[in-house]
Amino acid sequence: MTPSFHRLANPARFQKFARRALPWSWAVAVLGLGSGFVWGLALSPADYQQGDTVRVMYVHVPAAWMAMACYALMAVLSACFLVWKHQLAGIAALAAAPVGACFTAIALITGSLWGKPTWGTWWVWDARLTSVLVLFFLYLGYLALAGAFDDRSRGLRAASLLALVGIINLPIIKFSVDWWNTLHQPASILRAGGPSIHSSMLWPLMITTLGFAAFLVAILLVRTRSELALWRAEALMRRHTRDVP
Amino acid sequence: MTAFFDMGGHAATVWPAYGVTIAILVVLVVVSLRSSRRRHRDLERLERETQEERSP
Repeated sequence: MTPSFHRLANPARFQKFARRALPWSWAVAVLGLGSGFVWGLALSPADYQQGDTVRVMYVHVPAAWMAMACYALMAVLSACFLVWKHQLAGIAALAAAPVGACFTAIALITGSLWGKPTWGTWWVWDARLTSVLVLFFLYLGYLALAGAFDDRSRGLRAASLLALVGIINLPIIKFSVDWWNTLHQPASILRAGGPSIHSSMLWPLMITTLGFAAFLVAILLVRTRSELALWRAEALMRRHTRDVP
Repeated sequence: MTAFFDMGGHAATVWPAYGVTIAILVVLVVVSLRSSRRRHRDLERLERETQEERSP
């Protein structure tokens, strides 16, 4: 862990960092998503086989990447919470879970819309689609566990453990298209030998990915600050009821 | 222009995909900002109240 990341474990420093980083990440998110969507919808070429349906790629692929990145982050934060008892890390993981669930939902829904004209079906139980559905349920399971205890800290510990166990699903998602025969196509960006798609499609994809990533950072900062306020209020309340019986 | 909205006959695939994406992101932002504002307001009130009771 880098020292600078370590410093953020202090809530006061985190607040300062969040206040400074938020306007920038929102700006990059709006610019990246705005220009990327226009580029993907209007300026990039249609595919010679798929026609205009290929435009779904500019939302589907970045959303799926963010869904996985968000889970990886959540698992690392959960590990910091369980091993080093960094409460801020646990709270940040809790703030990330609904965001990851939203990105996973976007990937599943847009994938389903794309599958209908391309494969002739909304859904197949193949390895890639099923493992991403499992990712969605991992997010929901984490949230359900975190909320299932009267004592919030206990709930968060149980949920963090699930987040750690669930990390096994990430390599399964990534390599599902290589390990099994699937309808889903294999990787065309993050693969040995470099990206296999043309730059006229790669550029808008990279721009929307930048927008999605900045959005992820911004919304995580907002939600973590929000969770911190809630936890701090509850700590105040506990202390208060103890001091003034 | 009509050709653009028609998406080569795939309007029913492309537009809902972008619509759903934008809708989910917007709802996530609105819900998160709203609850953040509420929680910060509650926290400030609580901090004020406990301060007052400790030093009357």
